[in-house]
Amino acid sequence: MKKIVIALVIVLPVVLVGYFLLFKPEIPEAPDAVETNVGFVYVGPVGDHGWTYRHDVGRQAIEKELGVKTTFVESVPEGADAERVIRKLATSGHDIIFTTSFGYMNPTAKVAKQFPDVKFEHATGYIRADNLSTYSARFYEGRAVLGTIAGHLSKSGVVGYIASFPIPEVVRGINAFILAMRKVNPDAVVKVVWVNSWYDPGKEGDAAKALIDQGADIITQHTDSPAPLQVAEQRGVYGFGQASDMSAFAPNAQLTAIIDNWNPYYVSHVKAVMEGTWESTDTWDGIKSGMVDFAPYGDAVSADVRAAADAVKQSIIDGSFHPFQGPINNQAGEQVVAEGETLDDGVLLKMDWYVEGVQGELN
Amino acid sequence: MLLSLVKRPEQSKAMVYVSPIIALGLTLISGILLFQIMGVHPAQALYAFFVDPITTKYGWAELGVKATPLILIGVALSVGFRAGVWNIGAEGQLTLGAICGGGIALWLYQVDSVFVLPLMIICGVLGGMAWAAIPAFLKTRFNANEILTSLMLTYVATLLLSLLIHGAWRDPDGFNFPVSRIFSDSATLPIIWQGTRLHLGWILTIAAAIAVWVLMSKTIIGFQIKVIGQAPKAGRHAGFSVNRTIWFSLMLGGGMAGMAGLFEVAGPIGQLLPSISPGYGFTAIIVAFVGRLHPVGVFFAGLVMALSYLGGESAQITMNLPLAVTGVFQGLLLFFLLACDVLITYRLQFKFPVTSTRGSKHV
Repeated sequence: MKKIVIALVIVLPVVLVGYFLLFKPEIPEAPDAVETNVGFVYVGPVGDHGWTYRHDVGRQAIEKELGVKTTFVESVPEGADAERVIRKLATSGHDIIFTTSFGYMNPTAKVAKQFPDVKFEHATGYIRADNLSTYSARFYEGRAVLGTIAGHLSKSGVVGYIASFPIPEVVRGINAFILAMRKVNPDAVVKVVWVNSWYDPGKEGDAAKALIDQGADIITQHTDSPAPLQVAEQRGVYGFGQASDMSAFAPNAQLTAIIDNWNPYYVSHVKAVMEGTWESTDTWDGIKSGMVDFAPYGDAVSADVRAAADAVKQSIIDGSFHPFQGPINNQAGEQVVAEGETLDDGVLLKMDWYVEGVQGELN
Repeated sequence: MLLSLVKRPEQSKAMVYVSPIIALGLTLISGILLFQIMGVHPAQALYAFFVDPITTKYGWAELGVKATPLILIGVALSVGFRAGVWNIGAEGQLTLGAICGGGIALWLYQVDSVFVLPLMIICGVLGGMAWAAIPAFLKTRFNANEILTSLMLTYVATLLLSLLIHGAWRDPDGFNFPVSRIFSDSATLPIIWQGTRLHLGWILTIAAAIAVWVLMSKTIIGFQIKVIGQAPKAGRHAGFSVNRTIWFSLMLGGGMAGMAGLFEVAGPIGQLLPSISPGYGFTAIIVAFVGRLHPVGVFFAGLVMALSYLGGESAQITMNLPLAVTGVFQGLLLFFLLACDVLITYRLQFKFPVTSTRGSKHV
């Protein structure tokens, strides 16, 4: 036995050293300084079929249209690890780095300060600098279209909303949805379940089941997995896809889906870096620019409902309608926005209250 | 040829040191196979995993930053595991440490004093201890299984943090996003290596590992813990109190987990977030066992574990390897490390099919 162990201890290193001599480790070369290199930091796995998946589609569009090299790091926790990953991208020859979740804001700002020659773009945050842009999409415009469809198709007038975290972005989406829904069906209500996660198929699915059991006949979500839609499909109710076309998971249940379309934004901003014209910007685009897009309507959406939804889309594009134009009542039924007034972006960005028709308490 | 495991009459001293080397060799060989099958140059991939992360001063410092909570908690848990006290809830104790210590930072955010940080550390430790006191009380008073109680309390701790960050402790200037204020300079751990993120916590971690080593090998308490863990009846006969050992183990584990949590928020993160740890409290359990429940072993196990995380990020950035490969590779490493430990108490015996000379009658 001893002999075998000694033999192993001697043979193993010899085999390994021999292997490395035979196939010399070509140390990965540093990215070409002349070419443009693009880095992405993702909060979820690229296969989440939602938020991260759509950013990755944008990354692929950059490679395809501009022929540049891109790198991504997936499932990076929003905490102490983010700064290291962002910094590693900055030191390994990346010219522009997109950090695609709110929790990366402070780490991105810190690294941006240390690397003034590298461009940074942070999704959904509010800290900007000369080399740090922010970008986000007016998803609430899309929610207003979904709400309109739900108003026409919900028989019980109860919609189940699976929400992630009570941040302004999510609260705004809930409010925009029910405001539009009540324009069609004034008695409609939305029940909200917070799952405290962006991506947790198990919890999301359970929340969908609970909401259907409480009378919801349409499910919508602000979380990233297709699980709620799959539950809707099984239970024979309707739902909306989130971030990407999820009809493959729920061919009958999906009425339509909001599609996050980052492709044009990513391509144009990387192109600007290549041409030396990149500038720090603050982008918040909606349906008009195509950043908020839609999946094809499902079979359950009849022609007149399609027409109604298209009309809302069109009115948002031409500016004749704003999802947050008055009159708007708060949960207590008091009017907080008068007829003819519209909430401005400053209020929308901080939104932490529910409008009338939302059931449940916020905080 | 048959291979069988035979129990050794006593533990092999040589194997204690040889088994990790064999494990590393086997990991490398399986890694080479894995990468070869994936069509990736194995030498490059292994370089990206084990060498690239520590080619810079910053990389070495990050190794320390990542290993700090793992070693700190791993060392403390190993004491409890020696005593047969299964504290699985270090993650929750870590969270409470961050809440209590971080709460002090938010309360005294305008105070510029050298006493803020020590007060935070004390409160962090006390917070972790208080959380661990619940399973300790339930175990000693009602004989409730500490595996269950400590684990369940982890989820309570996470929700408590979430409640505070979404409510009372939310940054008043943070657009209602669920993050706290950024801690002031006097509430942040000093950097001990300029230009990196290596903080004071690293030194305290090394000190803690040495202290636990002294405790376990030089003091009567350490002796009591080992006796009660291995032979509870003998321990009782010798007049050692089982309950006192349970309390001591959980207080030590909770206190050090709380300190680790405080180090995360007062160190690399610099504020309270809804998610402050990517599961350090759970990973530390693996670290404790890979380190064979010995402080020195845990120290090196913590470094190896930290390196495998950094290597995973590096492999994604330099080799474009998916995160899943990192997971598989980490799994291989841990599997071989633990599996090879069998060789300490067992030895391999080769049995050759006996082609008997005596009585080999051809029938």
